[in-house]
Amino acid sequence: MSGGINIARTDKLRAFALLSPAYLWLTLAVFLPLSAMAFFSFLTEVPFGDAEWSVTLTNYSAFFESSTFSRLLLKSVMLGVKVTALCVLIGFPCAWVLAKMIKGRAREALFLMVILPFWSNSLVRIFSWAIVLRGNGVLDKFVNAIWPWDVKVNLLFSEWAIVIGLVHSYLPYVILTSYLALQAIDDSLIEAARSLGAKWWTILWRIVLPLSAPGLLAGAVLVFVPVVGSFMEPRILGGRMGTYYGTLIEDQFVAVFNWPLGAALSFILLAVVLIILAVASPILKRAQT
Amino acid sequence: MKAQLRTRVTTGIGIFYLSSILFFLYAPILVMAAMSFNASEFYQLPFQFSTQWYERMWENEAILSAAWRSIWIAIVTTVFATALGTAASVALWRYDFPGKRILQVLLFPPIAIPWLITGTAMLIFFFGVGIGRGTPAVILGHVALALPYVIVVVTARLATFDRTLEEAARSLGARPWMVTRRVMLPWIAPGVIAGALFAFAVSFDQFVISYFLSEPGDSTLPVLIYTAIRKGFTPEINAISTIIIAVSMVVMLTAARFTKFGGEK
Repeated sequence: MSGGINIARTDKLRAFALLSPAYLWLTLAVFLPLSAMAFFSFLTEVPFGDAEWSVTLTNYSAFFESSTFSRLLLKSVMLGVKVTALCVLIGFPCAWVLAKMIKGRAREALFLMVILPFWSNSLVRIFSWAIVLRGNGVLDKFVNAIWPWDVKVNLLFSEWAIVIGLVHSYLPYVILTSYLALQAIDDSLIEAARSLGAKWWTILWRIVLPLSAPGLLAGAVLVFVPVVGSFMEPRILGGRMGTYYGTLIEDQFVAVFNWPLGAALSFILLAVVLIILAVASPILKRAQT
Repeated sequence: MKAQLRTRVTTGIGIFYLSSILFFLYAPILVMAAMSFNASEFYQLPFQFSTQWYERMWENEAILSAAWRSIWIAIVTTVFATALGTAASVALWRYDFPGKRILQVLLFPPIAIPWLITGTAMLIFFFGVGIGRGTPAVILGHVALALPYVIVVVTARLATFDRTLEEAARSLGARPWMVTRRVMLPWIAPGVIAGALFAFAVSFDQFVISYFLSEPGDSTLPVLIYTAIRKGFTPEINAISTIIIAVSMVVMLTAARFTKFGGEK
């Protein structure tokens, strides 16, 4: 009997030895910083050196009193909604084509091609859009070549440029999750519905969408959350138009050096993100299985 | 006959749609790559082939030192993340203990929370405890971001491992360490290699965390590119960007060969 307990104990020790380095690292580099940020957001000054600091709520009241901050947060949330909606509308049909219309090795290759840009440098991809969209740029030349009238196409430094760049960045996410969900739907189910006389929209609405909803929603959440916190994309593609909640936070840390306010703004964003993830988590869990 | 024709037409539309998506995904990258071979500094057309931007880039000290720093940081990150991540995956897979579920859930914050939040939090904390900005801080951050990816990939591979193989080896008298080294590690090797490549890509492509954590003048390649874009860029930036895209695509294609997307199952 004591032997069994001993084995259990060595197992526990082994598990602890194997797990602790990774989780200590995560604690040091992610969980402690997030807690430190929460603490900082209640201070008047950064507590380094001999700076005078005290506990305060002003950083948070600043958010609720000034309409600028909440307006920017709303602007970022709206950007997230637009980009997510476009990604879903464009990506879901694409996943359908991949999962149900193309077969065999071609499907694997095409799927990899769709996913590949997602795993390449996102900053560089945003930069490539700046070159394409600028006035007198490639898009301008392209449109003028096929359009008989002379038009000026200069989308750079507009909200459109930001939306295009972000859709380009996150579209593969939605395609990936929808593809995995659609692949799990049995073809014979659709065949059966069709042979019973169901029209394509009935099949879509009553069979395909309900069955693939978890995957589709998982993709939507995975797009929405980073877009609300984006700052590099609005900066590069939006220029002076590109003031969003993310760029506001960036400014507090690299330009204005008001770290406590930056921490409070970051924490409010984190709260928004966590609420979204909490609401979506039952759905995300279903998507996993 | 009519139904067959209709299937053909819808398949045709589907393939056309998919091609348009691929065009949308790849066209800007190809334009950027083409422009790095264009002689005009102001991206003027018509196109005139030239490799002068690559030559200029090769002479640009700031770009070269940032490139070496990026590669170096990515290699260190890969070593740490792969070692710690593989160990944690084995423990999560092999042992059952209270709190295991929580440990698995804790892997998601580094992936799911926007990097802007994680990055600024790291900046605050590292300053507070005296690590400050610079390469050690960047590596601390990169490993934390790469760990969950390694654990997810290696765990997926472990799920295909037949536990009876371990029992067989043990019943034939192999010591626990021997079982791990000669039976399990060879089996999960493709997963570990894929995880390592993921870790390399996460670090090499990481911008947000590096941006907040690097010392000015001591930055990684993406940070240098971001600063250059905001100051007004030249096609030298296209040249180095083209190389970055090429490197990360090759790394990911190699990783794909080791996971279920291609190659052996």
